[in-house]
Amino acid sequence: MQEFLQYLFSGITNGAIYAVIALGFSTLYSATDLINFAQGEFVMLGALLLMTLWTQVSMPLWAAFPLAVLLVAAVGMVFDRVAIKTVKKPSPILLVLITVGASILFRGGAMLLWGKHSYSVPAFSSISAVEIGGAYLFPQSLWILGVVLVLVAGLNLFYHRTLTGKAMQAVAINKQAAELLGVASRKMTLLAWGLAAGLGAVAGVIISPITMSAYDMGTMLGLKGFCAAMLGGLGNFWGAVVGGVLLGLTEAMGVGYVSSSLKDAIAFLLLLLILYAKPTGILGKASSHRF
Amino acid sequence: MQEAGSKTIVAGLLLALLALGLVLVPVAAAEDTIKIGGIFAVTGRASFLGDPEKKSMELFAEMVNAAGGIDGMKVETVIYDTEADPTKAVSFANRLINQDKVVAIVGPSTTPTSMAVIPIVEKAKIPFISCAAGNKITNPVKPYVFKTAQSDVLAVKSIYVYMEKHGIKKVGILCVDNGFGQSGREQLKEQASAHGITVVADETFGAKDTDMVSQLTKIRGAKPDAIICWGTNPGPAIVAKNAQVMKIGIPLYMSHGVASPKFIELAGDAAEGIILPAGPIAVADLLPEGNPQKPVLLDYIKRFNEKYGSGVSGFGGYAWDGMKILDRAIPGTGQDKKKIRDNIENIKGLVGVSGTFNFSPEEHNGLGDDSFVMVRIQNGTWALVD
Amino acid sequence: MADKKERSGSPGQEPPEPVPAGATPRRAGLGQRLLPYAGYLVVTAGLCAYGLWADNYYYTQLLTFIGIHTLLAVGLNMVMGYAGQISLGHAAFFGLGAYTTGALTVHLSWPPLAALPAALAVPALVAFIVGMPTLKLHGYYLGMGTLGFGMIIHILFREWTALTGGPNGLVGIPVLSAGPVSLAGGKTYLFLVWGAVLLSFGMCSRIVHSRVGRALSAIHFSEQAAAAVGVDTMRAKLEVFVFSAALAALAGFLYAHMVTFISPSSFSFLVSIRIVAMVVIGGMASIWGSLFGAGLLTLLPEWLHVFSEYEVMIYGLVLVVVMIFFPQGLTRGVLDAYERARRRKTGAGPSA
Repeated sequence: MQEFLQYLFSGITNGAIYAVIALGFSTLYSATDLINFAQGEFVMLGALLLMTLWTQVSMPLWAAFPLAVLLVAAVGMVFDRVAIKTVKKPSPILLVLITVGASILFRGGAMLLWGKHSYSVPAFSSISAVEIGGAYLFPQSLWILGVVLVLVAGLNLFYHRTLTGKAMQAVAINKQAAELLGVASRKMTLLAWGLAAGLGAVAGVIISPITMSAYDMGTMLGLKGFCAAMLGGLGNFWGAVVGGVLLGLTEAMGVGYVSSSLKDAIAFLLLLLILYAKPTGILGKASSHRF
Repeated sequence: MQEAGSKTIVAGLLLALLALGLVLVPVAAAEDTIKIGGIFAVTGRASFLGDPEKKSMELFAEMVNAAGGIDGMKVETVIYDTEADPTKAVSFANRLINQDKVVAIVGPSTTPTSMAVIPIVEKAKIPFISCAAGNKITNPVKPYVFKTAQSDVLAVKSIYVYMEKHGIKKVGILCVDNGFGQSGREQLKEQASAHGITVVADETFGAKDTDMVSQLTKIRGAKPDAIICWGTNPGPAIVAKNAQVMKIGIPLYMSHGVASPKFIELAGDAAEGIILPAGPIAVADLLPEGNPQKPVLLDYIKRFNEKYGSGVSGFGGYAWDGMKILDRAIPGTGQDKKKIRDNIENIKGLVGVSGTFNFSPEEHNGLGDDSFVMVRIQNGTWALVD
Repeated sequence: MADKKERSGSPGQEPPEPVPAGATPRRAGLGQRLLPYAGYLVVTAGLCAYGLWADNYYYTQLLTFIGIHTLLAVGLNMVMGYAGQISLGHAAFFGLGAYTTGALTVHLSWPPLAALPAALAVPALVAFIVGMPTLKLHGYYLGMGTLGFGMIIHILFREWTALTGGPNGLVGIPVLSAGPVSLAGGKTYLFLVWGAVLLSFGMCSRIVHSRVGRALSAIHFSEQAAAAVGVDTMRAKLEVFVFSAALAALAGFLYAHMVTFISPSSFSFLVSIRIVAMVVIGGMASIWGSLFGAGLLTLLPEWLHVFSEYEVMIYGLVLVVVMIFFPQGLTRGVLDAYERARRRKTGAGPSA
């Protein structure tokens, strides 16, 4: 029981991180029909920027956190304007390669800026771990869960209660129709890039006290977040959350009860399973139209 | 016909471009220098090895040149970045041998890249000093292949000897799933019984994993007397932090892969009490006066930090020692590769950063048990234990 | 929110360019049909001659790598360029070919040539089994399916230590020999590899101009339409997928016996991406493009070396810039420029 609880805590914590990264993928995909292979690099940028602002510039956490996120969001928007918008005839292969190229570019840049070694940041609060049934819940896990809940609630409000959010949804559903109704779809695309990059940065910020931040931390996190997004249903808001948590839990339980050497394979096995069984994802509507 | 015609033109153009491309691959100017090649994982996932290695190699060449060079000739280093990719390592090794015409090669940083390069250097008969730890690089012995990094065999032996002395019978091991972890894992399992130790849990983690709580939980369930974590930064620092938060209460041992101040910086107070085998460089200050290695180590540390500020580690020492060996072997050979090789094989008692080298036709690593000391992390620094 | 979307077809459905010119069903004269083959022969012979003339083992070996990469690129081009199906896991077949021959020759001491059929058959069979469910997917979903497959195979290479040697790789793969004749020499191997490339060019060219090739172009243009006119789309896609896997496996076989050492990092996700980049940068649906793309991306790191630490960034930048400004690949870009220049010279017709 003690072990099960420990796996559960670890799984939910990692799952929450995957969920935030998956939300980034989904936000962008639903608005622009694009899968951003550089999403993991936004996570890395968020983590490293927080490290710089918080521990090197000595900003207070409450200022460093949002500033790091905003800076990465700006990077995302600039990338949209400079690279993605300039593509005349975007096809998936082309966009995959451009974003992969961009991820190499970001990684190379981060390596020059921050060097090749890892950095660690302290936990957000220095309280000791909570013991439940012999298992320990990391204080940072509470932070992660809290931030994720606030994010999910906030995004929900944004999509359903604000005009901009509704406009973004309209673009996601039908771009031409939305434009006819006076929604500036290009602005919405830009906003979606900012939002997606910002979400990646949030994931990087909240995970950095648990793990170590380095210029090459993003690739695997990006791929895992991507598997989570697929699992729940690409472009589906709640799907990203469900997929993330499910992936985190499966990984933790897999390590605990099967073998730790297959940990990385779990995400991709789940990915293949869902693609073969129901490509729209767990929460996606079965649709013959798009497949 | 038009389409076919233009296609032929394009084909010709491409051919010309490719040929031109090959010619354009820059050739280092032939001067009256002694050229030594370096291939390190300067960037990519093994850059923690390759970066200090490249710096140390350049530093050594500078030092030699300031003192007049070898046989009155300047030493010139030609260094390429493998990014830990075996294909690139092969390509650059060929480039060093056939294009740059170096007399010897130092590096690569990792075991796979070293293994990939060995057939080439053996065929070209060019002295090659690997900076990777893998035991199979020099075992069996190959005529032109040497290495300066301590073998995992010795690191594991040091830990187990220490454990045997302190009555530890059951260990749980947690190794990173790359080459470094694989070699360590093999040795940990192989040598355990000789020291009366049983491996009760055997787990791995990914080099980029974000937490190792599940693995630690599983190992704790097997109730070992000690946990040995085999990896290089940052993974083991995460393990240390996780174990601290989980109040795991089992002594933690680590490998020489984290024997650098960087680890203590990353793990913070979670590093307290961890015991590990370290190359003498980590504890240079603590070595007794009169220890032959002490001045060598302090000199290397001083020079490295003067030039690069920080980041000195035992890893850079591998390339430093490689250059030191060549500096001893090349003079008087007229750059004859066979003679250089023979000279290396005859080197005895050369004190380097990683230990004292004694080469022989049967031993191409040449380091003895003194290349590791057991240390404990105390108050944010190293303390010798026995 | 996304499930409310009403979109026709996934983004993968849009053909990036019109049906390749070579695929026109019009019967050409014999000379004209043989012309491309002659071109392949001339170029291959030219590259080999260059290798001979240069008399530098480093050049020989670079050219050999270019040949191996060309095999990978031309195979993937059949799937991506001609049939319009994304594959982000091609390094898996490359690796399966290499590891099959590696395991057979190292563990069971088979002679390399005896291992060749198995090294081709195993990856082809895997491609067939994996292709059946995977090729039902489209666009990004197909890309992700192949990506997931590639990652799993890569993890298998790393974790199945008994067979693959684990992360530290498989040591001691023998060099190729035909009876008493060793093919290990740099130049002999160069000829062998480019002979294989020539063969693959011939086969690809035949397929493109055959019934299957036209079926593939039809699928690329619109899969529904192709199915409507009676093309067995699934079968055509599966056939070309298996063919391309076999070519990648051949490349893997040649790589393994050239380097005589293999490790998982040579078959990672980034290698898959690099093969895709060779196809796209060279030019989709163009055999010449694959050669050019493979050559360029093999030589690029050799040139970029001078930038040292900036190399990584510049590599990424090159990828992004080429994709933005030459979305059809560099070969098409050069062809277009030539066409424009020719038109301007003759003054006929409006410039494109």
